[in-house]
Amino acid sequence: MLAFIIRRLLQSILVMLAVGFIAFSLFNFTGDPVSLMLPPEATQADRDEVRKTLGLDQPAYVQFSVFVKNALQGNFGISLRLGRPVSQLLVERLPATLELAMTAAVLGLMIGIPMGIFTALKRDSWTSKIFLTGSLIGVSLPNFLIGIFLILIFAVWLGWLPSFGRGDVTQLGYWSTGFLTESGLKALVLPAITLGFYPVTLIMRLVRAEMLEVLRTDYIKFARARGLTNNAVHFGHALKNTLVPVITITGLQLGGLIAFAIITETVFQWPGMGLLFIQAVQFADIPVMAAYLCLIGFIFVSINLLVDVLYYVVDPRLRVDRATSGGH
Amino acid sequence: MVDLFKRFFDGDIWYSFKQNRLVMVAATVALVCLLAAIFAPWVAPHNPFDLKTLNLLDAFSPPAWVEAGKAQFLLGTDDQGRDVLSTIMHGSRVSLIVGICAVFLSMVIGITLGLISGYVGGAVDAFIMRVADIQLSFPAILIALLIDGVARAVIGKEHHDQVAVYVLIFAIAASGWVQYARTVRGSTLVERNKEYVQAARVIGRQPLAIMFSHVLPNVLGPVMVLATLHVGTAIITEATLSFLGVGVPPTQPSLGTLIRVGNDYLFSGEWWITVFPGLALVVLVLSINIIGDWLRDALNPKLR
Repeated sequence: MLAFIIRRLLQSILVMLAVGFIAFSLFNFTGDPVSLMLPPEATQADRDEVRKTLGLDQPAYVQFSVFVKNALQGNFGISLRLGRPVSQLLVERLPATLELAMTAAVLGLMIGIPMGIFTALKRDSWTSKIFLTGSLIGVSLPNFLIGIFLILIFAVWLGWLPSFGRGDVTQLGYWSTGFLTESGLKALVLPAITLGFYPVTLIMRLVRAEMLEVLRTDYIKFARARGLTNNAVHFGHALKNTLVPVITITGLQLGGLIAFAIITETVFQWPGMGLLFIQAVQFADIPVMAAYLCLIGFIFVSINLLVDVLYYVVDPRLRVDRATSGGH
Repeated sequence: MVDLFKRFFDGDIWYSFKQNRLVMVAATVALVCLLAAIFAPWVAPHNPFDLKTLNLLDAFSPPAWVEAGKAQFLLGTDDQGRDVLSTIMHGSRVSLIVGICAVFLSMVIGITLGLISGYVGGAVDAFIMRVADIQLSFPAILIALLIDGVARAVIGKEHHDQVAVYVLIFAIAASGWVQYARTVRGSTLVERNKEYVQAARVIGRQPLAIMFSHVLPNVLGPVMVLATLHVGTAIITEATLSFLGVGVPPTQPSLGTLIRVGNDYLFSGEWWITVFPGLALVVLVLSINIIGDWLRDALNPKLR
């Protein structure tokens, strides 16, 4: 158990270093910082002097280690576009993105699981067929288009919901939340549906497939033979075993949701990290891009690690497999 | 050649195609889109890029069936008086070119790395697959965005517009090679131990020649299915990047750029400028996906 966790931890650190290295090498594309900082009439001696004080005369691996040390302390430099520390910008924007992604994930679970169960239990009904066809169309619809159509219908034509921004937010220490005001909640509806569209279809298909699989197993047949009611079999026995992979996939998808929020945030001008990143890409604002990459990388790697470890804890079969194959 | 056609029309795939009405509809729609895109300069009712024929007085006229619509602009006009139907045809041309080129480049990169990885094995294999694993844990759109951002920093904003299309193709290609590499590597691992490969080795053919002229034709089947489905994804990725404002420049709009431009007029009631390019994109991608799904099942020997 411990060996497994340590090995996965080392792997994760390696991946983070690779991501960090990519982020670090981004800076090499922006051109020579020294020539940007000094007036054109500066002498070579001046340049060497600045180079030395900035540590740019050091070999690349020393510079990289300095970068890693700074990154670990959350120091990614100053945004070229906004002239403010990058870490400060990200901390300001983080709550908006996390609230959006979480709501979308919860939406995915709350709508996707019942729809998945329904389509698995009533396979041949018309409703199931409509759900399944709908999910195929949903996969072919680009995310931003869903957002635009929702805006057109609910904001422009019907005028029920706001189409951009976060509404009024309440500050709770470092965290700014839109959950506590009416306009904040209203503003959340359309972006959350847009971002939640894909998880809903994904979870529905997943639950359906798993449920169909589980319903064929022997213990379900045995439960039926014991004369249990349909409800007890379906929800007491089958659903429980269906949910383990669903939780895993949803967990893994959470990172993807945060990254995909880039698109939703642009459509709805939602003031989160994704909008910050897309503006950084447009302006070639390397410090922000590097920091965002590291942060997203960190979120992905930690979620992967957490899910792997949890899976190991939850599923006893994995441990048996490993024990029989010589503690591999 | 004639023989090849005959075999195709007698074969299982053509039979399965004729049996499936949905796929036939999808194929027809895709073909119409493709032809409309290829021949856009000749069949489009107007030339949206010829400034002489544009009239600002025509701007913002709604679709022909709406009260204020004009008969010569079937789907209405945009802010500059360009016929929306014509811009869609030209736009899907750019979208399809970028999508297909990106898929092709992606295939070349993925197949090459997959062949090398599977055939050479060892440390090379481990390295390529590790990189693939890392890349696969990030969404493709993020990688494409990153490449685009770096390209902007390297090239500089003033020259970027000229090369934007190539950067975009490369960005989409680089974000999608992993699937091909993994598939090809898997099949190559099986093929490399077969007798024909050993025979080729015995008669002294070079590893590269073995990989590309002997192994490659035998691993290509699943790659074609991947490629079909990938065209749909690549078009969506292109549209998304263009919509986010980091794709093709507005001077040469793709469907994504058109949707982005139209999005600004959504609130003033000119919905057709963005809705019709959007619908065109959905129809195009959906028909390609239906064909890809069918092809996957039709080529899968287990399902026959």
